[in-house]
Amino acid sequence: MTALALQVASLGRRSVVRTLRQPAAVVFPLLFPVLLLAVNAGGLRAETRLPGFPTDSFLAFALAVPFIQGGLFATGNAGIDLAKDIQTGFLNRLALTPMRGIALLAGELGGVMSLAVVQALFYLAIGLIFGVRLKSGFAGGFVLIALAAVIALGFAAFGAFAALRTGSTEAVNGIFPVFFVFLFISSMNIPRNLMSTTWFRWFATINPVSYLIEGVRSLVISGWNAEALLLAFGIGLGVVVAGFTLAAVSLSERLART
Amino acid sequence: MAAVDNSIEAQALVREFKKGPRAVDGIDLRVEGGEIYGFLGPNGAGKSTTVLMLTTLLPPTSGTARVGGFDVVKQGPQVRKAIGAALQEAALDPLLTGREHLRLQTAMHGIRGEERKRRSDQLLERVGLSEAADRKVKGYSGGMKRRLDLALALVHGPRILFLDEPTTGLDVQSRTALWREVGRLAREDGVTVFLTTQYLEEADVLADRVGIIDRGHIVAEGTPERLKAQIARSTVEALPANAEEKGAVAAVLERFGKQTPGFSPGTVAVQLASSDGHLTEIVRALDQEGLRIAHLQIHEPTLDDVFLAKTGRHLEGAGEAAGNLEPEPAPA
Repeated sequence: MTALALQVASLGRRSVVRTLRQPAAVVFPLLFPVLLLAVNAGGLRAETRLPGFPTDSFLAFALAVPFIQGGLFATGNAGIDLAKDIQTGFLNRLALTPMRGIALLAGELGGVMSLAVVQALFYLAIGLIFGVRLKSGFAGGFVLIALAAVIALGFAAFGAFAALRTGSTEAVNGIFPVFFVFLFISSMNIPRNLMSTTWFRWFATINPVSYLIEGVRSLVISGWNAEALLLAFGIGLGVVVAGFTLAAVSLSERLART
Repeated sequence: MAAVDNSIEAQALVREFKKGPRAVDGIDLRVEGGEIYGFLGPNGAGKSTTVLMLTTLLPPTSGTARVGGFDVVKQGPQVRKAIGAALQEAALDPLLTGREHLRLQTAMHGIRGEERKRRSDQLLERVGLSEAADRKVKGYSGGMKRRLDLALALVHGPRILFLDEPTTGLDVQSRTALWREVGRLAREDGVTVFLTTQYLEEADVLADRVGIIDRGHIVAEGTPERLKAQIARSTVEALPANAEEKGAVAAVLERFGKQTPGFSPGTVAVQLASSDGHLTEIVRALDQEGLRIAHLQIHEPTLDDVFLAKTGRHLEGAGEAAGNLEPEPAPA
């Protein structure tokens, strides 16, 4: 193992261990999206009777949403951990070692992504237990988990950016609701072609979160939809690159060592 | 083979913060290899800012500094390889155990496998944390955290150690244990120690040489004995039994020396004009004037007297009196 790989692995392990030792950081990201799924699946079931609705199971339709919400929780986990490291001086401790900045980001985000994969498996298991069957089959499950990991990584990178830019846990907590707004003005509860309110449809169409949801959803209810998957992976990876770049620049400013 | 350079050297080192005064205002210092250098000063004097510059965490505004023979601005990675540092407030992760901290720190330094385990166990043993090694740090006492901090600073076998107020907030027992370990590092392992402190006793007991910093300037430097010898005169402090007689008591005491700020509220103090004992004469003079004294004490010269002589203030409370000039300097 190279020195860089050892640093990344050790920081990733720390990220996972830290999260697992904070029950609230594990339980809420698992339970909250599932509770919201249960509420929506119960309350919005009638939507399936709309002409043109793509499936007769609202649970299958809505199952995509927890994967995105899980990603949003990754924003908080990555960001708050880093902001705490800045506030407590732990980042200075690391800065005094030969640690490379990229190792800190890769380790932290890798740890968050590992937990996001576990979350995604949990959401998928819940869906399967309650009768959802993936139209894309067994292989689609792997692609779904991979997409969930990319989405979590992208959001986590933005959380890391906010933390490194501000050094404040409050600021990181502040961006969490902003991301949630993006979720609510997306196609999370209804397909875009069935939205009758023009301004909402317009927002949902320009909102990248809609395409992330639709990519996950396509694997569940449509099978292999190349366009939806390309858009979802493309946007997801774009968010990863943008978030990671911003975080890396902020980290280099924050690690002002000579 | 060239001799290993374990020295620390700064010339005209300055650090200015935006919208603030110069936290460090042109200091010169030299610490020899294997020496324990005590950097003494009140809160906000510029101690931590100096440490951050010498440890490469904060670029100087101007001036130069070399640590272990390397320039802190141009050769940051080499400096960091040579040094270990325990900065102000033990920066530990409360959710990790002591052993996990060492595991992470060794990994950051590229130490792996059996060597990583051997070194971690050895350091835990050395700082007396073997039994608590697998407990989460959030359950550690202040002294345990400081000892773990020291162990983490030592994982890569540094030649130079920076300790920023390592005993602040510790009880006497923990403080003494840390002093013993720091002393051992310098005497037995030849580690150069740069130690900041606001405790007179710490500088006096531990340091081979002391630099006294105030408002970003080094106002005195030398061995504790030499600095005290420069003052060389004792101080007599009297507490009048009747507070209204404070002026009269001061007038009598001023016959024997120069008035100086008292150590306790309500007291009158003079630094004696010569080193010869005057206590009998002082008591006699006060008695002749009919002045009653509740408490009379003679103070041998201390580093606080040195600070007082150089700055006109006592070290204790000087930070608050001067206004805290040192902003929170941590860059990260």
